[in-house]
Amino acid sequence: MNESYLGSVLRRFRYHKRGLVSFWVLAVIAALALLAPWIAPYDPTAITPDFSAPPSLRHLLGTDEIGRDMLSRLLYGARMSLFVGFMSTAIATVIGTVLGLLAGYFGGALDGVLMRFTDMVMSFPYILLILVAATIFQPGMWNIILILGLVDWPGVARLVRGSVMELRNADYVHGSEIAGMSRRYILFSDILPNVTAPILVFATSVMAISILDESALSFLGMGIQPPTASLGNMLNGAQSLTILTDKPWLWLPPGILIITLVVCVNFIGDALRDAIDPTTVR
Amino acid sequence: MVKYIIRRLGIALIVLFGITVIDYWIMSLAGNPIEIMAGGPRVNEAMLAQKAANLGLDRPVYIQYFYWLREVLRGNFGTSYKSYESVSSMILSHLGPTLVLMGTALLLSTAVAVTAGIYSAVHEHERGDYLVQTLAFFGQSVPGFFLALLLIWLFAVKLGALPMGGMRELGSAGSGVQGRYLVMPVLVLAFEMAGRNIRYIRSAMLEILNREYLRTAEAKGIGPFRVIWKHGLRNALVPIITVLAMEIPGLFGGAVVVEQVFSWPGLGLMTMNAVLQRDYPVIMAVCLLSASVVLLTNLVTDILYAAADPAVRFSQNASV
Repeated sequence: MNESYLGSVLRRFRYHKRGLVSFWVLAVIAALALLAPWIAPYDPTAITPDFSAPPSLRHLLGTDEIGRDMLSRLLYGARMSLFVGFMSTAIATVIGTVLGLLAGYFGGALDGVLMRFTDMVMSFPYILLILVAATIFQPGMWNIILILGLVDWPGVARLVRGSVMELRNADYVHGSEIAGMSRRYILFSDILPNVTAPILVFATSVMAISILDESALSFLGMGIQPPTASLGNMLNGAQSLTILTDKPWLWLPPGILIITLVVCVNFIGDALRDAIDPTTVR
Repeated sequence: MVKYIIRRLGIALIVLFGITVIDYWIMSLAGNPIEIMAGGPRVNEAMLAQKAANLGLDRPVYIQYFYWLREVLRGNFGTSYKSYESVSSMILSHLGPTLVLMGTALLLSTAVAVTAGIYSAVHEHERGDYLVQTLAFFGQSVPGFFLALLLIWLFAVKLGALPMGGMRELGSAGSGVQGRYLVMPVLVLAFEMAGRNIRYIRSAMLEILNREYLRTAEAKGIGPFRVIWKHGLRNALVPIITVLAMEIPGLFGGAVVVEQVFSWPGLGLMTMNAVLQRDYPVIMAVCLLSASVVLLTNLVTDILYAAADPAVRFSQNASV
């Protein structure tokens, strides 16, 4: 993967208008979320004297039932969603890549065992596993990250395994084998760089799913626990009818923000897929 | 073919066994259910020990597991720690509503996804294609519970046209599902599923449309309608089967969230309650049930592939 390859990918990515716009939207949201401790007007857990106040100049997005500033909570919530999404995707990608590389390259019995294990994790009713694990291991940020990371990897593992099986019969891999290169060299220097692109594309969809899952879990009360703000648990209150009908500022902004984040991540993945695969001509 | 099915069945059983082991192990990490069951000041050590012995909970975990497995093989899933009802009857009474909900959503979403996916492929790079694709993207990106809240707000609160939750009017005769109650939960589930599948069917169809035999069919002048719906769709069967099979494991997850929001009295709601109350026999049974459904679906899918595509039938030994 040399500079010109990366350059051509970037060039093709920029043709993809939706992808480019999504990238910038996501970058802005991420920057705001990162800077939350400095730019948030209030402490996200601090209780101000205004209860359930509609948006005003003092509280741009209003306050919740116990008087916390919604804009501040929204910024911190976005920070939480992005962090959980990113970290669990990273964990899933690393596990999936390592297992996929091993299964695909060595094949045989190891492949059989690893793939049956992958089947098991895949056949698990996904949300059920998350729910059970969340109750057992106490809901909290790191547990959510670990749980999501530990259930999201099978897709990556299958993808990597498939690509590795194709690549290991490539001429240049045979060449390295004949030249007496070590297995580690072949795995990490010949094969891994050539599966990076599809892994990256797949990772975007894992991240989108992780963000959605975290919000669903927190919405159900099994994810990030209040008073810590997360986009999902901010929506939890909307299950009550008075909030749903009379206080739209409490549930519309976090919902719209989740959709924005996920749409952006998906569009970026889509653009990346087209940019990486030169056969899709646009 | 028979040999192939037997082999797949064997692998599925091994996977299922593994799942129950992992399940049981995770549950055992959660601590002794006796402490959760007892709770209350008037319970003393001796009573707890007696109760534990009655339930076999004083033995090592792996022994407990084999007891559990033995009972399951006899068709006994135990009794709920909370309601003392037998787990199988609990599942049976909640299965119906979930099947109705999921079946309707699956049918609707498949019909929509196939139609929209094919339309999108035939009109590639036209305005309609972009519209369909954008909608599909939103289907994938809108959290189900948020869509559910929006629908409740619009149809139940503002318009008053649909009931907010439940599955039939309180106190009404009969035990079936009333159609009006089905509309919103099905819409939420189907929107999500269709969003995931449209793009898949579109790209599968695009690939088929570019094949030689379709060009030939077109060249014979049999008209675009027959080309697409007869020659094209038949070959798109494999991706459609894939899409259907991919939805089955997800159905259960969707059920938990949607049933919770709409208070739909199905398996999802029952499971959610069991999870909150740490009712392990119920959770174990639900895990086993849904894993079996998933594995069975995989098996049936592979057999259907073989039936729909002769190429798969003859290369079956190459892929497991």
